[in-house]
Amino acid sequence: MDAAALIASLQDAVPGAQFESAPSVDLQTTIYAPAESLPAIARALRDRPDLAFTFLAELTAVDFWPAEPRFEVVYILVSPGNRLRLRLKIRLNADGAHVGTVTGVWPGANWLEREVWDLFGIIFDGHPDPRRLLMPEDWDGYPLRKDYPVQIRKTPIASEPLQVTAEQFRENVERDRLTRS
Amino acid sequence: MPDIRTETMTVNMGPQHPSTHGVLRLVLELDGETVRSCAPTIGYLHTGIEKTCEQKKWQQVIPLVERMDYLSAQSNSMAFCLSVETLLGLDIPERVTNIRLLIAELQRINSHLVWLGTHAMEVGAVSVMLYCFRERELLLNINEMLAGFRLFPSYMRVGGLREDLPRGFHDAVTAFLDRFGPKLDEYEDLLTANEIYLKRTKGVGVISKDDALAYSLAGPIARASGVDYDVRKYFPYLGYESYDFVVPTQTAGDVYARYTVRVAEMRESAKLCRQALQRISPTGAYAIDDPRITPPPKDRVYTEMEALIQHFLIYSQGFTVPAGEVYVPVEGPRGEQGYYVVSDGTNRPWRVKSRPPSLLACQALERMIVGRLIADVIAVIGSIDVVMGDVDR
Amino acid sequence: MGLETEIPVLTTTVEKMVNWARRSSIWPVTFGLACCAIEMMAMSCSRYDVARFGAEVFRGSPRQSDLMIVAGRLSRKMAPALRRIYDQMPEPKWVISMGACASIGGVFDNYALVQGVDQIVPVDVFVPGCPPRPESLIYGIVQLQRKIDQQKLA
Repeated sequence: MDAAALIASLQDAVPGAQFESAPSVDLQTTIYAPAESLPAIARALRDRPDLAFTFLAELTAVDFWPAEPRFEVVYILVSPGNRLRLRLKIRLNADGAHVGTVTGVWPGANWLEREVWDLFGIIFDGHPDPRRLLMPEDWDGYPLRKDYPVQIRKTPIASEPLQVTAEQFRENVERDRLTRS
Repeated sequence: MPDIRTETMTVNMGPQHPSTHGVLRLVLELDGETVRSCAPTIGYLHTGIEKTCEQKKWQQVIPLVERMDYLSAQSNSMAFCLSVETLLGLDIPERVTNIRLLIAELQRINSHLVWLGTHAMEVGAVSVMLYCFRERELLLNINEMLAGFRLFPSYMRVGGLREDLPRGFHDAVTAFLDRFGPKLDEYEDLLTANEIYLKRTKGVGVISKDDALAYSLAGPIARASGVDYDVRKYFPYLGYESYDFVVPTQTAGDVYARYTVRVAEMRESAKLCRQALQRISPTGAYAIDDPRITPPPKDRVYTEMEALIQHFLIYSQGFTVPAGEVYVPVEGPRGEQGYYVVSDGTNRPWRVKSRPPSLLACQALERMIVGRLIADVIAVIGSIDVVMGDVDR
Repeated sequence: MGLETEIPVLTTTVEKMVNWARRSSIWPVTFGLACCAIEMMAMSCSRYDVARFGAEVFRGSPRQSDLMIVAGRLSRKMAPALRRIYDQMPEPKWVISMGACASIGGVFDNYALVQGVDQIVPVDVFVPGCPPRPESLIYGIVQLQRKIDQQKLA
């Protein structure tokens, strides 16, 4: 199935969305899709029998800083039944880089989206667990962005104080009391 | 009789734990011995390899990607080389392709041997680990023969291989394969019908076929659940379509099924190695003949001016890759492995991203162990064969 | 130690005796971080068999061990956990930093890694290599044994 047939099929499923094909040198047919209608497109890609992209192989992002649109979110999909591979791409601007989550369509996207949020700072609307995945919870910045330095000056935290503070102690006792009652 | 009030207990397992295969951390909520919830925490080995790759020239990336999934190093570097070669539009000699296939299959056996040893040790069969590592040393000897390094030979290069096969390579591989078959039978004697092993693995950590697909699991875990997706059969590369092999599958989806699939895979890999070995001539082309990409042989560098200039250019400036993006999937020991590479037309990659099969396996861990006993957690973690270097990168 | 041939006794000093006992039964904690851990496993397995040097009893708990082999790259997220494991080990304790990443950050000179584990814990022996061969690590252990031999008790 080439890009034109794929786009025709998708256009049929999601009317109103603007698709655009792109050249590709590998196995994957490449198309660009609009960010707004992403969850609907994902659902169509998985559920239509002529597409049946049931396997999400990869979800990642690329930062093209300082160009605009700055980010591209890349979904690599496999249809084992039809032996098709597809690269679906979403363009995002630097301000307000957010896109709908596809966790409801492919549950495996959960951690992959968390990773993209962690390393690129792209927000996935409606994500069930939007926390950092790889970096510490209190980390500052998004390391894989192109304007983030490679080497940083920061003393590694070697130890956390063992003893809790008086307030934390009172809180713990209170929480314990509440769970027991 | 008054109601007995019970509380759940939260147990922190890891990041330092003898059987989490590195630095995986699980926060388990236990009700007696039953696991009520499980929250894996990862990132304790986040190395920033992808960021470092962006600073390096194309050839310099190869040692870095080998250190991502350190048990299947040469599958990694091969996937990366295939990606870059696709972007460059190179036509690789057939002999190189066959050697790569042979090395990739040896790497699969190597990785599965480490898996079998550690997994068996964790469920109580310590001697299997000693046996597996004994056979693995022979594979590491072959690596050492190829490039002088045990774990990360960096033998795969963009455009071919680092140098020609060493003398005695065919004999070493044949000797290993002749020894390996009977030894594998020995391991199976120790485990396959072992009552203790069966009790600990049958019906444990089940994941259904639909869940396996939905959670993006590939490789032996998915094949143990009945998904027959294997990149080698579905989207052949390196000429796998011309080889005679089968993809073993099971339907039970439990730890024991994964064990059976992996052991059968090792046998198939050995079969593939023999076929590949017959096709490889002891000497011949080991890289493409392209002066922009392949450095000249060392003896010519010492004697010819042009060769010296070419050598200098390749190692000081590297080569440029046309702008574009590429993702070439290969079947690594843990499932579909591939590098999504973006080039902006310079001598350094713009973005390198590996598909992490272990990350996705880790994600599905929760589905496999909630509702089971805590003792099963060890067996399940062992069976999904996580490599933390691949999870955290 | 002096061996008396007439009566079956050994004469030695307490210091020598204690150091001999300590260096001949080093129990490392199983603390594998990355690639080096695979070579550490190879070291304790069939071919290299570190039991010849009395250091094969890998312990799962830091409370029972006296050597920590930091095998692999140490990320900033892992650093507090490493320190806590070190603090849990009973005295006397020693640390071997295995591989380039643990010693100086290796090729990964970037935001995520601690550039040298000696910023977190005191290191006795650095073993170079990426990853070091099992022989190198065994040599590192032998160096540590020499160091233990020279310790003063008081």
